Amino acid sequence: MEFAPYLFLATLEGAVTAAVLALTAVGLSLVFGVMRVVNVAHGEFFMLGAVLAWWVAHMLGGHPGLGFAAALLIAPLMVGLIAVAADMTVLKRIEYDPERTIVATIGILYIIQQVTLMTYGPDARPVEPPFNTRLAIPWFRFGEDGVELYWPWGLATTSYKLAVIGAAGVVLLCVWLLMARSRIGLLMRATQLDREMALAFAIPVERIYAIVFGLGAGLAALAAVLIVPISQAHYLMGGDPLLLSFIVVIIGGLGSLPGTVVAAILIGLSDGIISVFFSPTLAKILATLLVALVLVFRPQGLFGVRRA
Amino acid sequence: MSDTTRTMTLHVAVLAGLLALQFVLPAYHHGNLARVMVLASYAMGYNILFGYTGLLSLGHALFFAAGMYGMGLAVQHLGAGPLPALGAGLAAGVAVSAALGALALRTAGVAFMIVTLMFAQAGYLTVLYFGTWTRGDEGFVIAQAQRVLWGLDLSDPANRYFAALALFAACLLSVLWLVHSRFGRVLVAIRENEERTRMLGYDVFAHKLAAVILSGAMSALAGACYGLLFGYVGATFASVQYSIFPLLWVLLGGAGTVLGPLIGTLFMFYLIDLSSQVTTAYMLIAGVVLVALTLFAPQGLAGEVRARLWRWLP
Repeated sequence: MEFAPYLFLATLEGAVTAAVLALTAVGLSLVFGVMRVVNVAHGEFFMLGAVLAWWVAHMLGGHPGLGFAAALLIAPLMVGLIAVAADMTVLKRIEYDPERTIVATIGILYIIQQVTLMTYGPDARPVEPPFNTRLAIPWFRFGEDGVELYWPWGLATTSYKLAVIGAAGVVLLCVWLLMARSRIGLLMRATQLDREMALAFAIPVERIYAIVFGLGAGLAALAAVLIVPISQAHYLMGGDPLLLSFIVVIIGGLGSLPGTVVAAILIGLSDGIISVFFSPTLAKILATLLVALVLVFRPQGLFGVRRA
Repeated sequence: MSDTTRTMTLHVAVLAGLLALQFVLPAYHHGNLARVMVLASYAMGYNILFGYTGLLSLGHALFFAAGMYGMGLAVQHLGAGPLPALGAGLAAGVAVSAALGALALRTAGVAFMIVTLMFAQAGYLTVLYFGTWTRGDEGFVIAQAQRVLWGLDLSDPANRYFAALALFAACLLSVLWLVHSRFGRVLVAIRENEERTRMLGYDVFAHKLAAVILSGAMSALAGACYGLLFGYVGATFASVQYSIFPLLWVLLGGAGTVLGPLIGTLFMFYLIDLSSQVTTAYMLIAGVVLVALTLFAPQGLAGEVRARLWRWLP
């Protein structure tokens, strides 16, 4: 294949990564923004979403579309409930102290991961996509009589990958509507701006925290359900999304949702493109160093505004 | 008895007890205890920063691995003897911790935790990336012939035990000296109230940087000794898990106590050792202990003892 179609293919793969990453990172960013805590177990909620999706699809059997649709509803809901339970039994009791929360969520990370290992096992298992038509993409070249179209060998995507990108866009729009237009979103923003004042106005801050924590985890699980037909469900799959979400949230400015989405697209696309042309390990080294240096020299993120 | 005499008696008694155990323990536990003492030295290094200075790092595996690889690569590729190799490990640890400290200390709180985590992750990936020299995940073995120090074969269990005890005693006594020194008291002051310490005219940044370097150097020395005594260097020791372990040990034993790291390491080592006979998912125990500790005993075992019984415990 020539360079230009190859780059286009890498961009397309990057767009799928970016879509899933945006959902996961928005979940993490929401939790950080409203609750001011870092949830290190976020990647494990992602993993749990994928594993539950496999479980639901496996239990239902029948047409892959049916199992997938059920998983799309059930897995994020269950993960959200588990997160709410974790919030109420652990985080609430340590009063959302930022440093102790990190230690506690590291503990939760290991508990979820190892319980999955004990029940689900160490295998990677696939979920069948509901539809998976191969779509060849035409490319153009300058022939003898002007521009002509042709189908380069290997330049193709699947309808499912395009659907993932579309679905992620719809969900992000819903999150934005929820935050900007609904009453619960208003309460969340009020809690984010000033916890004390929100309490004084009789906003049930602890319930809001539980909802936000569940919503964040649910978004990660939803992202995982979308990606699991492309990759596979495995008990160690939470590490990379966690790292990438961290990177995205920090680059995008801690707690800023639009910044998070922009950064997710940027990081997802460049990750896709860089991993195609360079060693993935080198790409990860550069990305982690970039995050550390951004935090050191520009703590408000590349797109964030410095808080007073 | 004055507090100083009590303190000295207790710690000398612990060291004497460890020395005596060498002659009575069965082979299996004998080997375990040697391992625990080296890991406890690592935890004590961590405790200087976390327990006494109040800086929670999630990237100490970077220092441990810097020491281990500084030592291991010097032996493997430069053919260095054990002593220069340990020196190389220590130097690597000091260099890495100085660089990391200078950068990461510009941040505080949660940002400091994430920055250290990220640098450690980058370090781990770097070890994997240069797999030609480091042999990546697989690691490499340090041959027995290269582990002979002053005619003592460090792969022999008895010699290994004494070497581990020597390292542990050196670290224990330095920490003990540190907490009674002026420098150590400034670190505790920074932990308790950073702004006030600055107002009193102390250079907070310089003290914190020195604490990072000291902590990194001790961790690196423990890493180098671990590689030398047990003859294996691998990328696992640079992974996130080995950043979490010292945090776990110190939290369990009691942050800001001299004996806490030993107690925590011993406790956790045997907890995991016993549970791994039952299940392969032994990290589950670590997770449960972490959550339980943050919930019920943020002071750790030695911290509780200090709060309830021996108020003089350093």
